[in-house]
Amino acid sequence: MQQKPASLWQLFSVFFRIGAFTFGGGLAMLPLIEREVVDVQGWVDKDEILDIVALSQSVPGAIAVNSAVFIGLRLRGLVGAIAALLGTITPSILIILIIAHFFAQFQANPFLLRAFSGVKAAVIGLVAAAALRAGRNAIVNRYGLVAALCALILSVSGVLSIVWIIILGGVSGIIYFGRSQRGEAK
Amino acid sequence: MIFWQLFFTFFKIGLFTIGGGYAMLALIQQEIVRHGWMTPQEFVDVVGIAEVTPGPIAINSATFVGFRTGGIPGALLASIAVVLPSLICVSIVTRMWERYKSARVVQNMFAGIRPAVAGLVAAAAVLIALATFRYVEGALGQIWTALIAGGAFYAVGFRRWDPIKVIVGAAVVGLIVFR
Repeated sequence: MQQKPASLWQLFSVFFRIGAFTFGGGLAMLPLIEREVVDVQGWVDKDEILDIVALSQSVPGAIAVNSAVFIGLRLRGLVGAIAALLGTITPSILIILIIAHFFAQFQANPFLLRAFSGVKAAVIGLVAAAALRAGRNAIVNRYGLVAALCALILSVSGVLSIVWIIILGGVSGIIYFGRSQRGEAK
Repeated sequence: MIFWQLFFTFFKIGLFTIGGGYAMLALIQQEIVRHGWMTPQEFVDVVGIAEVTPGPIAINSATFVGFRTGGIPGALLASIAVVLPSLICVSIVTRMWERYKSARVVQNMFAGIRPAVAGLVAAAAVLIALATFRYVEGALGQIWTALIAGGAFYAVGFRRWDPIKVIVGAAVVGLIVFR
């Protein structure tokens, strides 16, 4: 695909924004990454972002950090990965260092807790929006619908861990699409 | 000595947690309590803070624990140690991915994985909703939580608003409506 060029500073600042506004960890960063990296910058296309998310969840480390490294590597190699990585973690480090100084005051601040209750509620909607978008892009046939529903049920019920669900998706893709391609060849 | 221990411990935490986020917390707690860097109760407070501050929880906890045990150098060292495995592992996986991604079997694999990821994101939304509603007190609080969640879903999912603006807006609404 045609990739737009990215400077190291852009990589740092885009991931700084993502790091600064990702609350709740894990997939909560997906809507922000899609907005910044796919819609605004055009660095990665909308199918590839799902591949990056799948890979990020399958290797060790935090998902936001792994995605930053994937995208940084992709666009500018190792220095790009380091720029994106530093962008992602710098807001956390700054904020935690400030809080560690004022631990007691911070803990009981009612205004902060109320504002955070609002953010927490919004995060539900944001992740649901990311799911809607992922579904629109990824579910293109009956196989996709069944696979998505299976993944949803297995994950919510806690039967299988995320890594196993991704492996299962990959294996079923190899079997399903492999068979239909052999069918076409005949 | 403490710096080496911090580095080694957080490198290990980064290396052995797959799937991100909350999966890391159990391992972090185990390691921190084992080294006597914090009591279990203090760790619960750290998790509480990590939840209300932006950024990956693993980084937040690493920075906090590093700061407590080794000041600012400790904070930086622990934070870098926890992300170093990501840099190494993702570099290896990317190299393999670039080499094999045009192979038909790899394309089929990702065609199978993409809808599963959509399901996993939907599952994350359900799990976050369950956890959040369990924590909200009172019927009025629950109604406001549902309204804010629904509004954010509509704004980002259908109107393509900027998620950062939605988060800031939700913080302001939360400040006004929650008690």
